[in-house]
Amino acid sequence: MARSKNRATTEVNAGSMADIAFLLLIFFLVTTTIANDKGITMRLPPPPDPNNPPPEVTKNDKNIFKILANSQDNLLVEDEPWEEDPSALKEEIKKFILNFGNPGPEGLDIYNSLPPGMKTYISINGRSQDSAEDPTEAVVSFKAQRGTSYELYIAVLDAINTAYNEVYGERVGLTAEEFLALDKSNPIQKDLYDRARQGIPRAISIAEPDKVGGR
Amino acid sequence: MGKFSKSSGTSQEIPTAALPDIIFMLLFFFMVTTVLREQDLLVRQQLPKATQLTKIEKKSLVSYIYIGQPRNTDQYGNEPKIQTNDVFTEVDDIIQFVNQEKDKLDENQRDKITMSFKVDQETEMGIVSDVQEKLRKANALKVLYSSRKVAPQE
Repeated sequence: MARSKNRATTEVNAGSMADIAFLLLIFFLVTTTIANDKGITMRLPPPPDPNNPPPEVTKNDKNIFKILANSQDNLLVEDEPWEEDPSALKEEIKKFILNFGNPGPEGLDIYNSLPPGMKTYISINGRSQDSAEDPTEAVVSFKAQRGTSYELYIAVLDAINTAYNEVYGERVGLTAEEFLALDKSNPIQKDLYDRARQGIPRAISIAEPDKVGGR
Repeated sequence: MGKFSKSSGTSQEIPTAALPDIIFMLLFFFMVTTVLREQDLLVRQQLPKATQLTKIEKKSLVSYIYIGQPRNTDQYGNEPKIQTNDVFTEVDDIIQFVNQEKDKLDENQRDKITMSFKVDQETEMGIVSDVQEKLRKANALKVLYSSRKVAPQE
């Protein structure tokens, strides 16, 4: 029969399949971008309610750590010009958050819950009378102007977050990175996260920029 | 010596029959792990650097707002502009945009909507804070400032 003669060539030639697949592969390599969406999360304050004006600020001035940025991208930190890199702010902020100048009962509870290493840190740095009374009261306030660059805004926000994450991490024996990587859907890690956060609020106040400078 | 060279008449070629399968596996890997670029960027995007980054937990809850200098400066000028989806928007239209995005979500998830700011680092804060003001009015309070990862300085 004629069929039996051609038996050797009835197979489909699959050799070029690899080339076709390669072409497709290269197409996808070129046209796609790996999703890498990461960033600094923040919660905006709720919209102002006209029937319910915001309460008067009764916070003691020393409980507020003030950072101002002007439209020339200069920083004013606690009424002093800041000449260094914005990332160096984190040490100052950490000192401020962990200051126990005049702790209330809640502040004392927090102090007693801290690990020994942090207590030593506080006994060296954290007894200043002109800084925050205790961590429950401390607020970091950041105010930028309309002309401030977004780059500086993020740099300062990042420094504030680093300070908080390092404090939280240190409380439970983690680094800032490990603290950030905690998975809140995992009960053990969630518990660790809650213990780190307990009592020390991430109190970052972003003031509305002045209507001067820039566009 | 001669024993080895004459031992068999089989061909010396490497079998390539499995090569397409390997390539296909690679292909599927890339197809699954990548997303097609959803929209054309009309503004310059040089994201700022930061260290304390968190990943987005649920991508479906995220909407993007792009701000920066237009790429096509001849046509649109040098002033920073806001882009949502594929078009330029004005600050006053942000509330409408947020409501549109919220309508796409289930009712019980609408408060969890996250607005991701993709802002060029050269941009001034004025336009960003205008947008934030509108987001507060539109009750989309969770924001994410997209940034590039850098190692923290010690």
